[in-house]
Amino acid sequence: MPKKRKGVSYAKYGYIFSIPFVLIFLIFSLYPIIYTVMVSFSDLRGFGTELNFLEKPFDNFISVLNNQTFTKALANTALIWMLNFIPQMLVALVLAAWFTNKRTKIKGQGIFKILFYMPNIITAASIAILFGALFGQDGPVDYLLKSIGAVPKDVPLRLLSNGWVSRGIVAFIQFWTWYGYTMLILISGINGLNPETFESADIDGASPRQTFFHVVLPNLRTVMIYTLVTSLIGGLQMFDVPRVFQNGQPDGATMTASLFIYNQAFGTAHIMNMAAAASLLMFILIAVLSVGIFFILRDRDAIRERKQEKARLKEWKKAGGEAR
Amino acid sequence: MTGFEKRESIPKSSNAGTITYKVVKYFICILLAVISIIPFYIMIMNGTRSSPEIRTNAIAFLPSIYIGRNLDVLTRGSFDPLVGLINSLIISSGATILSVYFSSLTAYGLVAYNWKLRQPFFSFIMAVMMIPAQVSAIGFYQFMYGLNMTNNYLPLIIPAIAAPGMVFFMRQYLMATLHLDIVNSARVDGSGEFHTFNRIVLPIMIPAIATQAIFSFVGNWNNLFLPMVLLTDKSKYTMPIMVTLLRGDFYRVEYGSVYIALTLTTLPLFLIYFLLSRYIIAGVALGGVKE
Repeated sequence: MPKKRKGVSYAKYGYIFSIPFVLIFLIFSLYPIIYTVMVSFSDLRGFGTELNFLEKPFDNFISVLNNQTFTKALANTALIWMLNFIPQMLVALVLAAWFTNKRTKIKGQGIFKILFYMPNIITAASIAILFGALFGQDGPVDYLLKSIGAVPKDVPLRLLSNGWVSRGIVAFIQFWTWYGYTMLILISGINGLNPETFESADIDGASPRQTFFHVVLPNLRTVMIYTLVTSLIGGLQMFDVPRVFQNGQPDGATMTASLFIYNQAFGTAHIMNMAAAASLLMFILIAVLSVGIFFILRDRDAIRERKQEKARLKEWKKAGGEAR
Repeated sequence: MTGFEKRESIPKSSNAGTITYKVVKYFICILLAVISIIPFYIMIMNGTRSSPEIRTNAIAFLPSIYIGRNLDVLTRGSFDPLVGLINSLIISSGATILSVYFSSLTAYGLVAYNWKLRQPFFSFIMAVMMIPAQVSAIGFYQFMYGLNMTNNYLPLIIPAIAAPGMVFFMRQYLMATLHLDIVNSARVDGSGEFHTFNRIVLPIMIPAIATQAIFSFVGNWNNLFLPMVLLTDKSKYTMPIMVTLLRGDFYRVEYGSVYIALTLTTLPLFLIYFLLSRYIIAGVALGGVKE
């Protein structure tokens, strides 16, 4: 028990100050989650609040998993996420390495950072419409391709009715809006490293490239895992851009899992129970993946450290033995 | 160490090589900067050009004279930037004020007092931080529908009181800056706990509050999913929902109007960004150190 000073305990204020948070969390987060679980076991369709539970409780989950649109949407989500995340991480890493290199400073860093991060702050819905206009018929990209002679001038070029082009654009928008953010996170991660590690690498005569690959990168692991997990959680919920860009079209090529859930619940049919089951499946997927990534990468780290420790112990014993 | 041979090679690296490397670096940085700017530049320029002009030549680096006509066509359709602006302002300001105030309060409760459930409560906040908002969306909609609260701003504002990520940030800030001596001397002076928080602790937290307020405001402003689920009445539409109307048939060939509409919707964010970019960039970096 903490000591009471002057006979007055202030501990109760800890509870009092936490009440608003807890209350609002219970009402607006926990209760809706429980409600979603209940809907996912019911036959709720259309407008209404009355819940009738299914005799076979997992029917909704089974039919979601057998739904071709859902599985395709899930595959699209994963594909678009990877198409955006891999280049995003690579570009962000290269830029972070350049921007933290103390020997060859890049001038105008401040302006570059501001410009690279800028797309992140702009409404995704507006960006989606903008890219629709840029790549649409009579749009700048259409115009550019025709004027450099890449495509014939008199044939209408319908870039947006091509599934792969549309997926590529959605992935590019995600990349374009997020690489600056990832770069800033990595830079702050590198700046947060112990300066002594750099100094010793410097004294050992390591080149900037060697320092980056052998000193910075291994130490940046936790920050990179954090970026990976948050990007994955965000990516699996991708909604704004695919919804506004082409509403999942053409031919379902940009349909994502979140868009599927939205269309089920708030499209014309209001199939609430299926939407609820799909969102719970997504939650389970997100939870399993994030916890999995975290533990796999963590464990590998721990195993490596243990091995190094053992090797060091051996060396030490050997050295000690010889000295005696 | 195996680095010995490699070490030898460093001083030998030719001057020409380093210069080429430098040129490549700057080239890529400038290229990325241009890619950041150009879509918005085309957007602003085309907003001033007529649709026939855009149809014959979609890229122009100089503005034209049709901004008034584009605006005129725009407002004849269903798109109403002023309504979107006001609605978004109400929701974003309300949610931001509530979340910064109550997150500071919760964080203060976690830092200043020694209570039994303090550590478990903090672990709980860390755990719920990662829960994706869309998990609860269906239940949330049903709950609000049952209460007849759709087309109401309150369900988009009140939940901001419980913002776990922000509580985490505020707690880190308080732990680094708050000296409990100040709180104790306020007690000696007879200040009540709420009074101490409002009059002494909140002013100390202003830098953290400002940073978090920017991100909260922009995040709420840009939010599309939940507002679109809850608000079906056109007079209640927020700016991002308004933007989705630009895909409607009315604007299909009115290119100039679409561009001017996009310019109008993004203008407030560009203003905020260029006024506060220094704080925003620093704030993003701070978010990254949370582990």
